[in-house]
Amino acid sequence: MINERSGSFPSPLVGEGGLAKRGRTRGISAWSRQHSVAHPTVSALRADPPSPTRGEGKARAAVATFFLSVLFLVLPALTARAMDIQSVTSPKGITAWLVEDYSVPVVAIRFVFDGGSTQDPPGKEGLANLMTGVFDEGAGPLDSEAFQIKLDDAGAEMGFEESRDGLYGSMRMLSEQRDAAFDLLRLAVNEPRFDQLPIDRIRGQILSGIIAGENDPDTIAQNKWARALYGDHPYSRSDQGTRQSIAAITRDDLKALHRAIFARGGLHVAVVGAIDAETLKKKLDMVFGDLPQNQALAPVADIDPKLAQHVEVDYDLPQTSLQLAYPGVKRKDPDFFAAVLMNEILGGGTFTSRLFQEVREKRGLAYSVNSSLINQDHATALIVSTGTRSDRAAETLGIVRDVVKKLAEEGPTEAELAATKKYMIGAYPINNLDSSSSIAATLVELQLDDLGIDYMQRRAAYINGVTLDQVKAAAKKLLSAEPTIMVIGPKLAESGKG
Amino acid sequence: MTFQAGWLRAALLSTTLAFTMAGPVLADRAPDAFKVTDFLLDNGMEVVVIPDHRSPIVTHMVWYKIGSADEPPGKSGIAHFFEHLMFKATTNHAAGEFDRAIADIGGSNNAFTSYDYTAYHETVAPSALEQMMSFEADRMRNLILNDNVIKTERDVILEERRSRIDNNPQAVLDEEVDATLWQNQPYRIPVIGWMQEMQQLNRTDATAFYDKYYRPNNAVLIVAGDIEPETVRALAEKTYGKVARGPDLPPRIRPVEPEQNTKRTVTLSDARVSVPSFSTQWMVPSYHSGKPGEAEALDLLAEILGGGSRSRLYQALVVQQGIASNAGAFFQGTMLDDTSFTVYGAPRGDAKLADVEAAVDAEVARIVRDGVTPSELEKAKDRYVRSMIFARDKQDSMANIYGATLATGGNVQDVQQWPDRIRAVTADQVKAVAARYLVLGRSTTGYLLPQQQAGN
Repeated sequence: MINERSGSFPSPLVGEGGLAKRGRTRGISAWSRQHSVAHPTVSALRADPPSPTRGEGKARAAVATFFLSVLFLVLPALTARAMDIQSVTSPKGITAWLVEDYSVPVVAIRFVFDGGSTQDPPGKEGLANLMTGVFDEGAGPLDSEAFQIKLDDAGAEMGFEESRDGLYGSMRMLSEQRDAAFDLLRLAVNEPRFDQLPIDRIRGQILSGIIAGENDPDTIAQNKWARALYGDHPYSRSDQGTRQSIAAITRDDLKALHRAIFARGGLHVAVVGAIDAETLKKKLDMVFGDLPQNQALAPVADIDPKLAQHVEVDYDLPQTSLQLAYPGVKRKDPDFFAAVLMNEILGGGTFTSRLFQEVREKRGLAYSVNSSLINQDHATALIVSTGTRSDRAAETLGIVRDVVKKLAEEGPTEAELAATKKYMIGAYPINNLDSSSSIAATLVELQLDDLGIDYMQRRAAYINGVTLDQVKAAAKKLLSAEPTIMVIGPKLAESGKG
Repeated sequence: MTFQAGWLRAALLSTTLAFTMAGPVLADRAPDAFKVTDFLLDNGMEVVVIPDHRSPIVTHMVWYKIGSADEPPGKSGIAHFFEHLMFKATTNHAAGEFDRAIADIGGSNNAFTSYDYTAYHETVAPSALEQMMSFEADRMRNLILNDNVIKTERDVILEERRSRIDNNPQAVLDEEVDATLWQNQPYRIPVIGWMQEMQQLNRTDATAFYDKYYRPNNAVLIVAGDIEPETVRALAEKTYGKVARGPDLPPRIRPVEPEQNTKRTVTLSDARVSVPSFSTQWMVPSYHSGKPGEAEALDLLAEILGGGSRSRLYQALVVQQGIASNAGAFFQGTMLDDTSFTVYGAPRGDAKLADVEAAVDAEVARIVRDGVTPSELEKAKDRYVRSMIFARDKQDSMANIYGATLATGGNVQDVQQWPDRIRAVTADQVKAVAARYLVLGRSTTGYLLPQQQAGN
């Protein structure tokens, strides 16, 4: 809950990973708040924020590229050992993937239950989001105040957040205080109190956020975009809900959603850090072992985003945002890695992508331009985003479309493909395994995607096995479609509609 | 959703050097596994090596002691613009060759500019460290700047400005608040530059800037990761060591603020804003400009007053009074010159912005008058120490802590002794800095208002 977004760009697809969205994290707060300073820089392209979803094909954040460049390097922890993932199953049958590492006295746990904001009942949109805001507002015998004091004393950070398709929890703790921390997590997961006072307070904060976006062209655009692409599907709804829908949410609604989602059947867990398998088994049973076996989720239909539309949000802005939606590719599709390589060549995470070269490097038309593959449980898409001076927006749109067209018709060169394969293989640990928390997040996503515990060993072979013809075919298939185009800014001059 | 001023700003800032303070603890307490080595090359380049053998990766950074606050008058944005130009061709490498070399090995690279420094960094396998040093040493002196490159890249930074600032009312207000808080000190000028000055930046400006500041004796090399100090020394001598020392630069003495005796307000009303917000800032000393212990006390003051959901501002305004959607405080201590201390808030429900501001002011007045309790102080100290242990989990955090400290007048010992200095701060010292600096009669407040409230 409580998005911290810049207000300067719409999410590529409402959902996950698109925004610099963060669950509320309580406990240690100082570290994320301080000292600052650095300003801008070159790489729009590296500014991916920590995202609930990781790995290729998961919504990369077009939006976040507008932030000061995140120093998103490193990959210190454990790359070498990330391969050493144990599957740990507790006596009560809870399975977690564990990377045991004692070099830093920290334990990070991340878990997800299937069923996120798509489970909000009609008329109660924003329910899952509101729920993520109240897990640290009282549980078991502890009221809000008592819970938060204990969490602070335990020196742990706990956060919950929802995506369209999942409800995520995470905790980072000092190993010497892990008993106290796990105990608080047990209470939050099993016995959230949902007391009326904190519910109303968090609801009030969310409402402020909703109101704050009502005249913001980017927020307006984001909602319009979701409706255009997804019509009546749950993916078209705002995670935060509306003024009316969050007002309608009751304590019983929260309890009902908690019962429906928090069950062992839909749970995936990853743990990284200073804890051994035997100790972890006890903690898993303590935190998750007493949850019911089966979830009670409302079914969600698959949907293909509706393409070939023009969406306009006319606003007198100095910079126009452009967003184009093309078809995506399913994670299980045999063409998946061909599409991933193609997307990387088109507008992926390097300074060498075609869009970066043509739009920014050669013409100086944008600071940020990129493409992302989006994989949600029930929809896929490829999104191109850029922001460009409004008086030349039509020209920029024309160039973007030319780059896309050329790649669709001719595909990449052998050299581009070879370089991109090398990049993607080498960059995986740096982008996905750069701290205990991000390793845990990556392992949860691997479980959600059902990729197997040895996926990281197999991944390079998948990438190397892709042929140029396959990438050409993927380019033709995805990029030949007529995209849905959104323009946020002054009306485009006619020449741009190409 | 976007929340108000400080909140948003804190969120933005935290994406970059959020961790400036974090980290020292390990260098200090941990055994040799985290023992930091520092030395000077013959040409004056400082080197810091931070071992981290958890995985076969190194973070390589070069920090130049030059930022936007060092720019000549009328040339705002040149430091950041120049950072972009560093990615162009050199006499030895075509444009894009460095980026491709990094991409080929799956490495990651970027750069950033701030008020007091500019840094370039790559994260790669240790076997590629020498190659990175070689490229980085090359572009320290051998950049080729022609008008064509200048013109295109200048368009890029103009777009960067439009996306970061001009499209965003909060950012526009923040820029004006800074220009009001600072009447004389160069922090009044935005890092990215004023639009009309950016549009005029040219090759002559860039060349002069390059020749003056991009020298080994104005740079700090930080290498963190799976590498031994002796290896770093050998490679650094082979690459950076070959770059000629430049003329000694004069001390970084910049214009300072005159005594501030007024309460200033800056108001922006914008049709895109629906929920009003405010922030108030004061001029305060930084780690470099303050007397011993002052900045440490300010860090603790910021944490206790408004550092998170357990802070006084959050508890009073958001939880107990229920009048704010958010409220907090922050302090930016790792700066060369005097810096700012900020409080912020935004209303929720039927509360008015004036109610929120009054309640924030009341909390400020209370901490000035009564100080902090021993228990609050201990908890705040504990939080800093714990957060530093968490920071050890990311290699680049360590590199950034050392880089930012050394580029703002500090040294390796300052980083290593920081936790002890924090531990030593007394409640009286926290109260004293609150009383000395958080004076409402000499502050700068920014209001972001919906359009219909204009003139209220």
